[in-house]
Amino acid sequence: MRAIACKSLPSGVLVACLTVSGCESPPVETIQTGYRGTGMVQVDNQEASIAKRAANQPPAAIPPIPGDETATAASAYQNVQLLGDLSTGEFNRLMIAITNWVSPQEGCTYCHSAENFADDSKYTKTVSRRMLEMTRHINSGWKPHVAETGVTCFTCHRGQPVPANVWFRDAGPAHAKAYSGNKAGQNAPAFKVGLSSLPNDPFTFYFDMADEIRVASAQALPGGNPHDIMQTEKTYGLMMHLSRSLGVNCTFCHNSQSFSSWSQSTPQRVTAWHGIRMVRDLNANFLTPMTETFPRNRLGPLGDAPKLNCATCHQGAHRPLYGASMLKDYPVLGSSAMSAQGPTAP
Amino acid sequence: MAEYQNIFTRVQVHAPAYPGVPLTGRNAERWGKPWFSYWLGKFGDAQLGPIYLGWLGFWSIVCGVIAIEIIGLNMWASVNWDPVQFVRQLPWLALEPPSPKYGISIPPLNEGGWWLMAGFFLTTSILLWWLRMYRRARALGLGTHVAWAFASAIWLYLVLGFIRPLLMGSWSEAVPFGIFPHLDWTAAFSIRYGNLFYNPFHMLSIAFLYGSTLLFAMHGATILAVSRLGGEREIEQVLDRGTAAERAALFWRWTMGFNATMESVHRWAWWFAVLCPLTGGIGILLTGTAVDNWYLWAVKHGVAPAYPITSPPVVDPATLQGGGP
Repeated sequence: MRAIACKSLPSGVLVACLTVSGCESPPVETIQTGYRGTGMVQVDNQEASIAKRAANQPPAAIPPIPGDETATAASAYQNVQLLGDLSTGEFNRLMIAITNWVSPQEGCTYCHSAENFADDSKYTKTVSRRMLEMTRHINSGWKPHVAETGVTCFTCHRGQPVPANVWFRDAGPAHAKAYSGNKAGQNAPAFKVGLSSLPNDPFTFYFDMADEIRVASAQALPGGNPHDIMQTEKTYGLMMHLSRSLGVNCTFCHNSQSFSSWSQSTPQRVTAWHGIRMVRDLNANFLTPMTETFPRNRLGPLGDAPKLNCATCHQGAHRPLYGASMLKDYPVLGSSAMSAQGPTAP
Repeated sequence: MAEYQNIFTRVQVHAPAYPGVPLTGRNAERWGKPWFSYWLGKFGDAQLGPIYLGWLGFWSIVCGVIAIEIIGLNMWASVNWDPVQFVRQLPWLALEPPSPKYGISIPPLNEGGWWLMAGFFLTTSILLWWLRMYRRARALGLGTHVAWAFASAIWLYLVLGFIRPLLMGSWSEAVPFGIFPHLDWTAAFSIRYGNLFYNPFHMLSIAFLYGSTLLFAMHGATILAVSRLGGEREIEQVLDRGTAAERAALFWRWTMGFNATMESVHRWAWWFAVLCPLTGGIGILLTGTAVDNWYLWAVKHGVAPAYPITSPPVVDPATLQGGGP
């Protein structure tokens, strides 16, 4: 009896280790967010949560210059197309902030020519001017999604010239498959869809094109719903991206009793609905039109411009930077006075 | 360690190999010289063989191997014939059914044609195996209960992969061959058709599934508990209740007021097992053909409860002015 125990103990320990190796380290807490018994809970791993919070902190704002009555940037500098109304003091404060947010290593000359700051020869300057317009467009036109919190360059860039979470059109598997082995755009452990086997390019369909996301019927009996199970899998893949980007589970927005029912959903689903339309708008009207502006090495394998998705801003937090507003320190980024030429948001 | 915790057979009877009853008519001979394995005897009969293959068995295995080859080679091709990636990604790999644009026509090989072919051979293999079970039971003079229980599982398989796609007019409604992909299909199926848990036949199927495990546990436990009194000679005790059957019956009458008999418990078990895929298959068959959103159907018929909404009322933004698609 004892001999059997001695022999089976090490293998038992090994099996136990393998069994729990895929698990999160405790404590994992579930926080009830809806009526009891409906499964409306958020799962929270405190340890991971603390690390994520630390990684999503805004930098300290540069204090405004007291009693700043300097001349406008338009009169002091040449070729100021967007921010000419600012005082030079405020203008320089913003330029330093943008350098800290976007190119802290590379400095001013990442966009500006060292000899002549007014020169537009660097593509990065053209892009950043358009990005300023985009920031204002988001803050003034997409309030249903960003509210008064707004966004700044830092929301996406986080100290990097190219934000960590941008996407390109998927070139698909490298080999030709004429007769066999068709993956049908799925069935590979793709990070984009939470390592599931779901269709693994939801971005092209939903953030570049505007495919229909809703698949369930609005009526009990058949008739008039053309959506099939394969489309449902695509929607499911998109939802995995949303869930992962925001660091939440399905019930942050949906009631699993009926995923499609709006009356049972949380108000966050409405915010997300606007967010999806915002991403489409920004990709179609700001990023894609800049394809010619970017050099080849900034484009994707299929020659398309870098584009946005939910993770670009959110980076694992249900509100980017956990709701800290940097816009209030740089209100000029929210001004709609010189808004983009892009279409106005609904 | 207490006796009941032992999962292995404690008694192994050693006897000369038993070749089976003589076969007559057009039956082929059984194959192989029987031999004994002590370790097989730990969880079944120690005698291995002889085996009866026959033409049905032969063709069933051939068709099954063809189906598995088509599925496996397509999976392997999908990782560019890389053996390491084939093993690493195996749970994710699949052979997908045709896309909706092909309806129920025959698609090109790499666009679902392989799937259709694999499905044909797998179905043929399963049906031949069913026929083989039926015929072997008859050849031994048995009832055909095993074959009909198997037929119930085949019914669910055919509904999922053949009958329902035909009724829906699209092979794309069918299940992919793959480990994770078929599970994702299951989840997507439920989401597309408005939560399958509100499908009453799905409810019945779950009841029979869990009921089967409960009955199996109750029956297995009862017989093991009375085996010291000869309780495992169940069939004899249908007619001639010995002390084991009496005590087992008394035990359940004491604890829940009612008891099965040595005969009835097997009828219960057989029907619970058979009804699980039978009702499940009906539920799948009705999905998309008769009901398109099970949640709304359940609301309409007073099945789905309404829970108090705790957050502020939410309205579909697409229905508001300025809402997009």
